[in-house]
Amino acid sequence: MAKILVVTSGKGGVGKTTTSAAIGTGLALRGHKTVIVDFDVGLRNLDLIMGCERRVVYDFVNVVNGEANLQQALIKDKRLENLYVLAASQTRDKDALTQEGVEKVLMELKDTFDYVVCDSPAGIEKGAHLAMYFADEAIVVTNPEVSSVRDSDRMLGLLASKSRRAEKGEDPIKEHLLITRYHPERVSKGEMLGVEDVKEILAVALLGVIPESQAVLKASNQGVPVILDDQSDAGQAYSDTVDRLLGKTVEHRFLDVQKKGFFERLFGGN
Amino acid sequence: MQTMSQTQTPDQEPVFQLKGSMLAITVLELAQNNLEGLDRQLAAKVAQAPNFFSNTPLVLALDKLPPSEGAVDLPGLMRVCRQHGLRTLAIRASRIEDIAAAIAIDLPVLPPSGARERPVELPEPVVEKKKPEPPAEPAVKPTKIITSPVRGGQQIYAQGGDLVVISSVSPGAELLADGNIHVYGAMRGRALAGIKGNTKARIFCQQMTAELVSIAGQYKVSEDLRRDPLWGAGVQVSLSGDVLNITRL
Repeated sequence: MAKILVVTSGKGGVGKTTTSAAIGTGLALRGHKTVIVDFDVGLRNLDLIMGCERRVVYDFVNVVNGEANLQQALIKDKRLENLYVLAASQTRDKDALTQEGVEKVLMELKDTFDYVVCDSPAGIEKGAHLAMYFADEAIVVTNPEVSSVRDSDRMLGLLASKSRRAEKGEDPIKEHLLITRYHPERVSKGEMLGVEDVKEILAVALLGVIPESQAVLKASNQGVPVILDDQSDAGQAYSDTVDRLLGKTVEHRFLDVQKKGFFERLFGGN
Repeated sequence: MQTMSQTQTPDQEPVFQLKGSMLAITVLELAQNNLEGLDRQLAAKVAQAPNFFSNTPLVLALDKLPPSEGAVDLPGLMRVCRQHGLRTLAIRASRIEDIAAAIAIDLPVLPPSGARERPVELPEPVVEKKKPEPPAEPAVKPTKIITSPVRGGQQIYAQGGDLVVISSVSPGAELLADGNIHVYGAMRGRALAGIKGNTKARIFCQQMTAELVSIAGQYKVSEDLRRDPLWGAGVQVSLSGDVLNITRL
């Protein structure tokens, strides 16, 4: 049974697209046929993060409007056999998406894929609404910071009341909390909210904690999903996250301040 | 200035205190200047929800009347409302003749509306089929029970009864009830009990970290609540006179 997964947050810049790319790639790595759909029409980024920006011919809006079929618009990943990307349009805006059009495309994708990962735009307007409307599960991406937590809370309220599952009275969307850009040192100094604080405020099961990492920016610029950088802390944390999403029990890592060695303390910068 | 300071008596006890208060109030927005029509339609509404129309305070809004409508018979209009259990406190008007008519009978005039009000939801029609004898006691409204977290931006209203929230209430969420409010998770939003003016209503919470609590329009905001030593504790909030009391549960 195919699953529609939405990666959403309310607030912008918290790491939705990075997360969509990492989780989608992680699912494909574990043998699930996966497509990542960019709902951020007008501000498309997913193709850059996935490193397929030079191969975009047709996009999501073309398919919704019937100007191209899915086979023409799906971009196959160069690295993984069973991973595809459906890019957003750069020239249109969010009003180009209609509920009926999105439903038709998602249902068609559900027939051929195991996982459909929807990369939501920021905000709570039409684009974000359509990205989450048909979802079975939601990953709410939150930075450990009050405004991000508040926006995530608002988004959780919308997931519980404005989705198709809610409107049809079916089982609610399964909600997962993913904390990104986590900086244990700043948490211990009291400059950032801790994992427990965020969990308590949002009252949602914790799927993963991704540490703030140089590897994320590097990976974005190279167009390689950070989960493929298995040497990096962020890549490993995303790997754990995907395992948990698939039902495995994996202990959370990277939550505590790393003790610095003697030489690091002597020579290491901060 | 000197004469003023001579007449002041600084050691006298204050006779009064001015307080701001938020009240839920019904606004009757007149769309046509047609007293017979209003009489008929109000009678139909009263038949639907007799309890709603018993000495209900009312603001008469004349500012939405089309300019083509003639002068309003204000005393006649108030009489019709009065017959159906609506008691006019003030009018809202922009036309000079309406304002003059209100001043003539010493009725306060409010400025024309902003966009702050919503249409009132009448309680569900009590009589669908005609029943031979009217029920002696008004039926008790079931308590509204919420089991999932109430998120920022959500508003939950328990009309005519109590509201119980088993889960947490986030900042920016709003709980409204005509009766009492109970919150068993962390309470970080707003809670307004007794919004139709029930001063006996109370708010109970296990962890009081609310943005605002209010009973029958008397309220405290978190800036005041935070100074209370019971901030974060299990408390009940009740009203005596016009003072909100916060006591440990």
